[in-house]
Formats: sequence, C-alpha cells, structure tokens
Amino acid sequence: MKLTVWTYEGPPHVGAMRVATGMTGLHYVLHAPQGDTYADLLFTMIERRNHRPPVTYTTFQARDLGSDTAGLFKEAAQDAYDRFKPEAIIVGASCTAELIQDDPGGLAETMGLPIPVIALELPSYSRKENFGADETFFQIVRHLAAAPVERTAQITANLLGPTGLGFRHRDDIVEITRLLADLGIGVNVVAPMGSSPSDIARLPAAHFNVLMYPETAEAAARWLEKTHGQPWTKVVPIGVGATHDFLAEVRAITGLTGATDTSRLRLPWYSRSVDSTYLTGKRVFVFGDATHVKAAARIAREEMGFEVCGIGCYNREFARPIRALAKDYGLEALVTDDYLEVEAAIAEAAPELILGTQMERHIGKRLGIPCAVISAPVHVQDFPARYSPQMGWEGANVIFDTWVHPLVMGLEEHLLTMFREDFEFHDGAGPSHHGGHAPKPAEEGGQPPIAASGDSPRSISGQKNEEVAVPVVQTDGSVVWLPDAERELRKIPFFVRGKAKRNTEKYAAERGVAEISVETLYDAKAHYAR
Amino acid sequence: MNDLAPLPPSSGCRDIPVLKERGQHEVFCGLTGIIWLHRKMQDAFFLVVGSRTCAHLLQSAAGVMIFAEPRFGTAILEEKDLAGLADANEELDREVARLLSRRPDIRQLFLVGSCPSEVIKLDLHRAAERLTRLHAPHVRVLNYSGSGIETTFTQGEDACLAAMVPVLPETQARELLVVGALPDVVEDQALKLLADLGVGPVRVLPARRADETPGVGPNTVFALAQPFLGDTYAALTRRGARHIAAPFPFGEEGTTAWLAAVAAEFGVPAERFEAVTAAPRARARKAIEAQSRELRGRSVFFFPDSQLEIPLARFLARECGMEAIEVGTPFLHKTLLGPDLDLLPEGPVISEGQHVDRQLDRARAARPDLTVCGLGLANPLEAEGMATKWAIELVFTPVHFYEQAGDLAGLFSRPLRRRGLLHGLAAPASIDLQVSSGGPGGEAPPVLRHP
Repeated sequence: MKLTVWTYEGPPHVGAMRVATGMTGLHYVLHAPQGDTYADLLFTMIERRNHRPPVTYTTFQARDLGSDTAGLFKEAAQDAYDRFKPEAIIVGASCTAELIQDDPGGLAETMGLPIPVIALELPSYSRKENFGADETFFQIVRHLAAAPVERTAQITANLLGPTGLGFRHRDDIVEITRLLADLGIGVNVVAPMGSSPSDIARLPAAHFNVLMYPETAEAAARWLEKTHGQPWTKVVPIGVGATHDFLAEVRAITGLTGATDTSRLRLPWYSRSVDSTYLTGKRVFVFGDATHVKAAARIAREEMGFEVCGIGCYNREFARPIRALAKDYGLEALVTDDYLEVEAAIAEAAPELILGTQMERHIGKRLGIPCAVISAPVHVQDFPARYSPQMGWEGANVIFDTWVHPLVMGLEEHLLTMFREDFEFHDGAGPSHHGGHAPKPAEEGGQPPIAASGDSPRSISGQKNEEVAVPVVQTDGSVVWLPDAERELRKIPFFVRGKAKRNTEKYAAERGVAEISVETLYDAKAHYAR
Repeated sequence: MNDLAPLPPSSGCRDIPVLKERGQHEVFCGLTGIIWLHRKMQDAFFLVVGSRTCAHLLQSAAGVMIFAEPRFGTAILEEKDLAGLADANEELDREVARLLSRRPDIRQLFLVGSCPSEVIKLDLHRAAERLTRLHAPHVRVLNYSGSGIETTFTQGEDACLAAMVPVLPETQARELLVVGALPDVVEDQALKLLADLGVGPVRVLPARRADETPGVGPNTVFALAQPFLGDTYAALTRRGARHIAAPFPFGEEGTTAWLAAVAAEFGVPAERFEAVTAAPRARARKAIEAQSRELRGRSVFFFPDSQLEIPLARFLARECGMEAIEVGTPFLHKTLLGPDLDLLPEGPVISEGQHVDRQLDRARAARPDLTVCGLGLANPLEAEGMATKWAIELVFTPVHFYEQAGDLAGLFSRPLRRRGLLHGLAAPASIDLQVSSGGPGGEAPPVLRHP
C-alpha cells in the first residue's frame, strides 16, 4: 500500500484508452464499474476532443457481483459492436474488473464477432499508464499487422507512438512529416493516432519506422523489426543536435543523402545572440518522462548553455538509460513516481529553472522557482491552439521560447540586483513580463503537501509563496546564519539566492564553520566564482 | 403560513411513471464528493483505500477545477495487499500512523472504501474502529464507501454524512439541523435568514470543524439542503430526529418554500416571515429575471449527474420559463423529492439510472435548446451543435438560497448567451490532425485541417 496524493501516470487502462481514442474504427470494451468513465473527460476536456472516446464501460454494480457480470460484459460488447460497427475491438478490464476475473478476452472470443477481437492483459496493481499504452499498441499491431505487405515503391516510414492525450503529439507529427519530406521520404502510416485497424495492417509496407515516443510504441517497433525487418530510429528528434542525429540516422537507414531545410530554425542564433548571455550556467533541474528528459538535458547543456543540476524520470521502465544519462552529467538520477521525493530533491538542488511536468510546475510555484513544462502528465494548457511542436526545427524554436519565458531576462536581472530595495521593482515582484508587479505571485491553488517532518498545519488559503521565496535561516543545527549575513543574503536577487545560500552553507560546512557571517558569504562567493 | 406556500401546478410529476434505465453510466463515482467535503470539513482527512484509478480520478476531477492543497489521498493497493488481507490491514495502520504524524491538525479521518476494497472485502469498518482506539482521543476514524459499484457522484457525500450520524452525541435539545455540505458563504446566508426568522438553535451537518459537531436526538428536527441525502435522512430518522419535508432551496420559490416549511415547524408568525424574506425574495426575482431572458421558452434536457436534476428542472420550468424535455437523475428518492415533483409541471420524461447511448439518441432526436450533462459528454455534444451546461458546475458553485438564485439561472443562460456572442464560428469543432496516411510520400506535408 502506498499513500499517493498526485500521480504522474494513470492506471494502465487509461493508456489503452489513449491508444483507442487516438485511432479511428477501433472500439474498446472495458469491463469496469461506474465511475471509471471519469477517464472520458481527460479527452473531452483536457484535450478538447470533439467526440467521446470510443469506449464502452460495462458499468457493473455491487448487486451484479454475485450474479452475472460476465453476461453483462458480453451484452455490452455486443451492443458496442451493433452500435459502433468498429473494424476491430479491444477488450480488457479495469482494476476492479481484474479482481473479479471474468476474463473479458475469453468471453469476447466465444461471441463470434465478425471482426478481430484483441484481448488486453494490463495488470492494474503493478503497472501504469505508459505501459498500458505501449502494450495495447503492441497487441493491436501484433494482431492486425501479422501478414507481410509489399514495401511501397517510394521510401516511406511509419510514425509510431503518438496517442490521444499525448504531450504535443498532434504537432510533432506534422514536424516529423516535414523533416522526412525534405529527404524525399513519405509517411506510410501514423499510428496509433489517426490510424484505423486497416491502416495498421499496412504498417509492414513502410521501409522503416520512426519511433517518436518510446514510452508508447517501443514494443511495437521491436516486433515490427523482428517480424517484418523494419529498422527503427533510436534518436528522438527533440532539440537541434538530436534532430541532426535523427536525420543522420534516417540517411543511414535509407541511403538517401538529401539536405534538410533549416531556414526555419532559429534556436542556434537566438542562443548565440548576446541577449542570451544571461542564460549562461543557469542551473536547471530536469524531470519528466524519460524521452523528454533525455532530450531536455541535452538541449539544456549543449544548446542553451545551462548547467543541469538534477535529472530524473517517473517511468521506472526507463530507469536504466536515465541513470546512465545522469552519470554523464555527473549526477545521480532520481527515478521515482512520488512527487514528494521530487519536491525534496528540487528544494535541495535549488535550481534557477525547473524543466518538468505540471507537477513540477506546482512544486516550482511552492518553492518560488520558475518552471517550463517539457513532458506529460498533461494539462489543458499543454494543448495550445497554436502550432507548438517539440520535435524538429520548429520544436527547437518552441522550446527556446518556452524555457526562456519563465526567467527574468537580460538587463532586468541586473537592475534587480542593483536596485533591490525599489518598492515596485523588487525581487518579490517576479519577472516584469509576468504581470509581475503584484505583491505576490498569482495564486492558482497548487499547494501539494510536503513530507518534511514537523510540517505545521498549513493554511488552506495557501499564502506561502512569500515565505518560501525568502530563504529561511538554517534550522538543522549544523550551520547558523548570523543576522548580518542573513540580511546580506536577502539582498541577493531571488533567482540566485537559493544557489548562494546553498553554496555558502556547503562552504561553511566543509570548513567546519558553525556561524555564517557576511565574510563567510563572500568567501564562499569567491570560492565558487569561475 | 399557507398563503405563502407556492401553488402547485394543476398536475405535477410525483405520480408519473419513471423510465428506469440500465446500461453504461456516464457519471462519477462517490469518491468525487471528497473534492468538496475535504474543503468543507477543515480538520478532516479523506483516505481512499483503492487503486491507482481512484487516485487518478480524484486528481482529474480536482485538476479540472482546482489544484490546491488536498486533505485527501489514496492508499493505493498493490499486488501484495491483494494476496493477504492481514498484511493489508497492517499496511493501512502504518500509512494512517504516518499520515497523522505528518498532519497533527487532522481531527477526523475518513477511510473511504473504493471498488477494489469492496470487492476484496477489506473491512474498513473494523479498521476504523481499530484505528479510532489507536488514535483516540485526538482523532476519530470513520469509514464509508465511495465506490462506483455502490455510489454515484453525490451519493458519496450521503454515505459520508450517514457514517457520521451514529456517532453524533445524543441531545434532548430542540434544535434545527441543516443537513448537507454547503459553500461557507451560502451556509452563512442560510443561518442568517433562520436567525432573522427567530428559528434556533440551528446546527449544521457536516460542521466545519470536529468540535462544532452537532448532537441529535428525539427533539431534533432537520431540513435537508441537498436532495441526495437519502441514507443520511434514514440514519437521522433512526436516531429519532424528524424531517421537515420541503422543496429544495433553489431559486426564489424553492428557497421560500424551504424556509416556510421550517418557519411553520418553529411557529414563526406570518408577518415576521414576510418581513424577513420580502427583500431577498424581491432581489432574487429581479436577478432571475435578468439572467433568465435567454432561457424563456427554451427547452432543456438533463442527463443524470448529481441528483439535483429534479429541483433544478423545477426551478428552470417555474422561475425561468423553460420547458423540460427529459429530467434524468441517477437515483430518484421519491420521499425527499416529492415536494419538488409536485411542483414540476407535467410534461418531461423522468428517467432514473442511465443507458448513455440510448439517452444520447433521445437527446439528439429532441434537439433541446440546452443539454445539462457531464464533462465527458459536453464537448462532443457541442461539436454536434448542441448547447450544453456542464452539470458538475452546479455542484461546485454556490447556487442555493436567495442571493444565489440569479447566479443559478446565469449558469444555464451563459452557454446560450455565449452562442449569441460568437459569430462565424459555427463550423464543427476540430482538433484532429488529418495525416496523409496512405499515399507514398513526397507530397506536401500534412496540415491541420481547417474546418
């Protein structure tokens, strides 16, 4: 049993829904009690879908448990077939139905429906949403794309991985399609998003597969390689360097040598231009799903000139590559789906910017640290009306803007340092382009509880930002800040104050200094100066 | 008092046959009530014993609305908990101890049963007794079920309040108990009206804090502020308390009738009733008048959601001039809703339960001017050109009593007013990406489909 308040991933059947909802002509019959239909609103509200997810819930009740829940399932499956006439059906159980062991797959098979019926085994008590999506897509591909198909005359690729409710999947598809078109490569099928079961059957016609999101389609890509000899791309083209590497990989697979049109790409110049000097060495904490974290860490270091001070992911399936990646950055990876742990790690690292998920956005709000969102779990804000990919050249442009936006910019940073006592233009006001001169950052709710012991009961009105934005004098007993030093610390602008505090304490602790004076503060500053 | 009671229509809906439906329910389970109960009861924590799905539901339901510090959490059952229930109990005790040590402000802890905990027959009642003994006197632990196999949406609050009733202290006092979680601002207004009428002492269930918990006994009379409290009504009746039957306090008419029933019970003179209610009644009428312009003569169709549907349909029909086509409700408690059914003009189909696909067929055939439905259906219906009102907003917005009557009408009129404001946007919604999936490539890159 594990106490959870907010979760990064939903249950595995929600992953299956993401696959089904992205597709057309497929229906999902889900053995589930009433209430599990809440998942529909993820798609209709967060993603603003204009149709209901193609899911029929059997809606069994307590009084059915003693009698015939299996009959209820068959009835629902038959109704779904009669009403929606899908090309194929996937069947499975949510967490509760898994316990009553009705075997939806077996039941559906006995019904003799004239369409493919694909049974899903998604263990609800040990796996999560991404696994559910990956496994569902794999089963669909395995069942529907088993027969060999002649390759297309022209070189084509399948784009694998985009689903309903995916972080910028809609726009990434367009960007990748463009990149491939530059090289003269067509798109055979995009799946699951936008494909029908008959499209899935045409997957083997492509010359290779572009694995856009390993989280949701790696199992399918591996199976297609094994069964139909289709190579798949290992680099996810998020960021300038990764996109170049991806194109190199595609050229190696296809033997094509075409150039790509980089005239749209602005990140390199924007990053080199002098206005960006202030980005140098900004300490960033990167957390999210493994694919986006891997890409973000590289962009942060190589393309923005940031210092990566923390790396982690919530999907344990990718723990190994993320641990290896972190090592490359001289860090220990944080692999956890407990956001309290993430919050503690971020507080400890005191970064100047968080690159995270919606959860980290809330953590950042609590800690007074700006955050840019790089990964699912998604929120209605992650489905902007405008074209806003993460992948390819335009993706790089979007990322530059997205990451820079939360920061205090260029000269403003200096002005804050110089005139920190200005009553309007003080550091509590935050970046001026964020409606900034309000006395406190706008409340949006967002106060997840913290695990720290001795945490006093907090006001539910959540007026904590001021308190957390101001450094607290060390209370763990090891190092004490003298009043003068504490006052001096407060004069340091908020966006570097955490770093200064941490460095000074570290410096003091290493030297056995029990009391931090103004001298200690500046000794530490000199020590860490580069 | 009789002259103040509204005249019932020539024939109401109390005795018309109810269409009972069985099929896919597009409604939340009772766990969702935690979203407002945890804000209402400021020293209570709600610990769901359930699955990742439960945690995800609470997060999604809350995330669409507010994302604030929760006094709720989910103890997620893992495979090893399913294997041995003894271990599950130990695990639960450990998690509760950890939680309570972290949150010393918590005085009431609710163990909330879920579908999985019900199916594996985890005895949360015994667990609650055990944990109460462990953590007394500081914390009282109670349990109820918010599972989807037993409860629909607002029934979670009913189950929670019903679980509190047996442990309410016994009292012989002649008191009015107002039952149902109301937004604080509304509760304060109601208490002020009752005080002005000279009705009292008045207590509320649930109380905002544990030390304000009301007593109950044979001299208690209670009025329900919410229509979905059938089990709580039964539990209070078992404790000897007596129910004051009344329409629910929505709109000017409903509020007046509700207050009149209470006033009659407490022998409030007619002049005083008139003096206290005249001004707010006039204000409410005026506000409704302003908000209901778009509603008059329009038709409305309710999908089942919160059990507020019957009183709201009554309000829309009688005070806003709307015509109800179908009034769907997850569960129809005829005793509690009788007074509202009496007032609801004959005409609509009253349906109980749900078969969502058949109901959608009926709604599409009827083409109502406004469809009141859950979040899972609203955008899809809008995309089909039907105006909708998210039902959940009716539960999460202060809508009871006089001062909110105009706001309540406004919740229904806003979608219609918005349609009138937007021009040239009538094309069906599109979020889908049309990818040229088919032809061998080389052609122009796909673009977003523009409707």
